[in-house]
Parts: sequence; C-alpha cells; structure tokens
Amino acid sequence: MGENGNGKTTARSFEIKVGLAEMLKGGVIMDVTTPEQAKIAEDAGAAAVMALERVPADIRKEGGVARMAAVEVIEGIQRTVSIPVMAKCRIGHLAEAKVLESLGVDFIDESEVLTPADDQNHVSKHSFYAPFVCGARNLGEALRRIGEGAAMIRTKGEAGSGNIVEAVRHLRSVCGEIRALTTLTEEELMAKAKELQAPYDGVRYVHEHGRLPVPNFAAGGVATPPDAALCMSLGAEAVFVGSGIFKSDDPASRARAVVRATTHWREPEEVLGACRGLGKAMEGIEMETLAESERLANRGW
Amino acid sequence: MSVPVVGILAVQGDVEAHAAALGRVGADARPVLREKDLDGLAALILPGGESTTIAKGLDRLGLWEPLRAFARAGQPVLGTCAGAILLAREVENHPVPTLGLLDCRAARNAYGTQVDSFAAPVDPDAAEGLEGLRCVFIRAPELRDPGPGVSILARVEKRPVLVRQGSLLAATFHPELTQDPRIHALLLA
Repeated sequence: MGENGNGKTTARSFEIKVGLAEMLKGGVIMDVTTPEQAKIAEDAGAAAVMALERVPADIRKEGGVARMAAVEVIEGIQRTVSIPVMAKCRIGHLAEAKVLESLGVDFIDESEVLTPADDQNHVSKHSFYAPFVCGARNLGEALRRIGEGAAMIRTKGEAGSGNIVEAVRHLRSVCGEIRALTTLTEEELMAKAKELQAPYDGVRYVHEHGRLPVPNFAAGGVATPPDAALCMSLGAEAVFVGSGIFKSDDPASRARAVVRATTHWREPEEVLGACRGLGKAMEGIEMETLAESERLANRGW
Repeated sequence: MSVPVVGILAVQGDVEAHAAALGRVGADARPVLREKDLDGLAALILPGGESTTIAKGLDRLGLWEPLRAFARAGQPVLGTCAGAILLAREVENHPVPTLGLLDCRAARNAYGTQVDSFAAPVDPDAAEGLEGLRCVFIRAPELRDPGPGVSILARVEKRPVLVRQGSLLAATFHPELTQDPRIHALLLA
C-alpha cells in the first residue's frame, strides 16, 4: 500500500503517517477556534494546533451537536500558522474526514469530543493520505484504533473538565498493560488478545517491543504546567491541551508555561518557574458530579 | 577505543529516533538542553520536529550562541528537516530565527502539507556510498541557492536533499526514521 512503480512511497503508508507523529514528540498541541488563537499558540511554541468549532468546556456547557469546524475557520488557521494544523471529525464520520483530508489538514482527530456520527463503527483509516489520531482509555482500545489505521494514540481523559484524573487513569492503564504484556510467554498472547479484544498483530508487537507501534500522547483535562509534566512523567510522549489554555485568564502566558513544563518535565525547578505569574486556571469539574451520560470518554469503544 | 557521545538537541522533536539511530553506528546519545551538555561531545544532532517550537526553546534557554560556538569550532553537526532549517542562513517563508551557519536559504514545507509527505530513493547522481539511500520526507523543507562552500551530496527528483559544508551536514529528510545507518555513520566519519 502507498507504493507506486518508481520506488516512491506516498503519505498513505503507515510509515509516513507515523513519521509526522514522531516529529510532534516532546511538544504541546493546542485546541484553537480562530486564527488569532492559532497565532497565540504558535508564538507560545506549540508544536501543532487543533482546529475545532468550540473548545470542549463550551461544548459541555452549551450542549447541542458538536461537529467538524467550519471550513473557513480551518482555512484561516492554515493560512495563519506554519506549524501542523490538525482538525477533529466525528467518530465514524468518514465524509467529514474526507473533507478534512481534502483541505490538506496535517492530522485528523477522530474525536469523542464531537458528537459521534456512528455508534457502532469508527472510520477505516488505512486508505486516507492524512494520518489519524484517536483517543483510548486502555490498551485494547488503543490497539483497536491502530488496527483501523490510527497513526497516533492519545488518552481520552475527560475533555473540558480541567481535571487531570481521567487522563492519569488512562495513561496508567495503557502503560501498565503494555508492561504486563512484555512479561507474557508466546503461547499466552492469543488469550490476551481475546481478553483485550484487540488485534493479535498489535498484541504481538507490544509484547516484542514494550511500546505501542505509534506515539502515545496525553489529552483530556490538562489545565496547568504540572498537569503536563505529570503526563510526561507517566509515559506520555507529548501533550494535548484543549480548554486549558483559552479558558484561562491569560492564554499566552499559560500556553508558554505549558510548553516549558512539557520540555522540562524532568526538572522541578523549570516546572516551578513555569507556574509563576499565570493568573487563574480554567474552572474544573469534579468527576463525581458528572453523570456517566455526560462523560465524553464513554463515546467510542 | 572509547564510545563516541553524540548530543541531540532535546527541546522538541524526534530525539528518541536519533538516539536509536546512533546506537546502530555504535555511538551513545546525550540529550542537550543546556550549554554544559555540549562538553566533550563528538558531534551534535539537531533533530526533526517543529522549527518554530525549537527556535522558541533556544531563545528561552539562551542556546543560540553556544550552538554556534560548537559548530564554529569545527565539530560535526547534523541537522535533519527542522534541524536543517535551523542551520540555514535564512528562511524564505514563515521566517524563524536560524543559526546562520549553512550557506543556503531554507524554504519551509516546500513539498506541501502532510498529505504530500513521501519517501523516495536518492537520484543516481548521489555521492559515492549513498547509492540507493531511501529518504523519508515529512512536511519537508528545501535548501535553495547554496553558496560556493556547499556541496550537494544527494538529490531526490533533482532537488537537493543532503548537503555538506565543512563539518556541517544538513538533510531535508529523516535518516533517523529508517534502519539505514549511512547518514549517522557519515556524521562520525
């Protein structure tokens, strides 16, 4: 797949898709809804921006069907910044995904933050030229998405909550299950694949390499520089920040601070420095106050 | 013989892939975030990543001058993709600050967005030892208008992809994303 006659491999190949995910490691990907916000994110050192109609906190508050962002907004953001531009499509909405690909979006997030278009199936992602990132709560879910062609996995966390606890739960789950897989014997792998409801090839890859075949990023509830540093210390290779930047008092300073804490997560002095002079963080939500039906992480399987 | 230690600028990008590639040529990797991390290095790699993000990090860390001093002392430096942009004398679109060491202009995202990314073998006129090298391009830049001190070691579809100027090597592709050790070996040769 993705090979033509003269030895050239196209963007459709898994290798080229994962290549861009590799380039985003150690970076921060910020949710933006306007070209002005995208510029603030780029100036703060974001490694990419995610274009969407409303940030998750507003989707949660306002309700209604959340869809792919307006085409003009995405194009405006593409004209404004030189860093990669990602955009979200609804789970299973392959026509939205095709529109985003036609726009030349650099990464498509098939996201539980938007209202699902298909409650049974995710998009089959192999045939696209644009790479996909998908959310996961555990290793089985991550390997199912990779089996469908995702080139990057992020935790679901709980978007728009300003509460890091779900992202931590999902990271610990994915990373813990990866570690556990490496200790199994060859003959235990098929039973494990059955238990995880994951494709056997993916289970085997993780068993052999001790890691996912694609980069593993954190998302969902990151609101402060130490939140980002925590995700990195738990094994995330980069961090998505949704509502956390533009729902705070001082988005430019907070964006710079989250970038700094992500680069320097191993250095407490730097994370401390990143915490100074930020003003108020976004409002957070206690998980106990969120009914199961209000939890975005429950969308998709 | 002691194992050479090669620094990898670790502000942002595919540091880990370069570390693995160095392992394939028998070198150790050391992440570089401070001036003192440059002490005793056999060579330095500026990895792939986002050039704006890395440039902002160099501003904050005050690393521009230490990196220039390292290269000007004649120590080998390899820049891949974003790293090649940072080595260039200037950037012609979406300008970012650069080290200004390599006598070329860089054009960012010269092949388009990610849907235009690709891999292809070098043209048959590549320098000796680089025959058949397969190059992975991810939102790749192009190096244009090379000065007299710059030699083009390889092209893909007639566009320069690997250049050398003294002890500097710049690749617009990602040798660290394939198993072929030749470019990392060239850095240490």
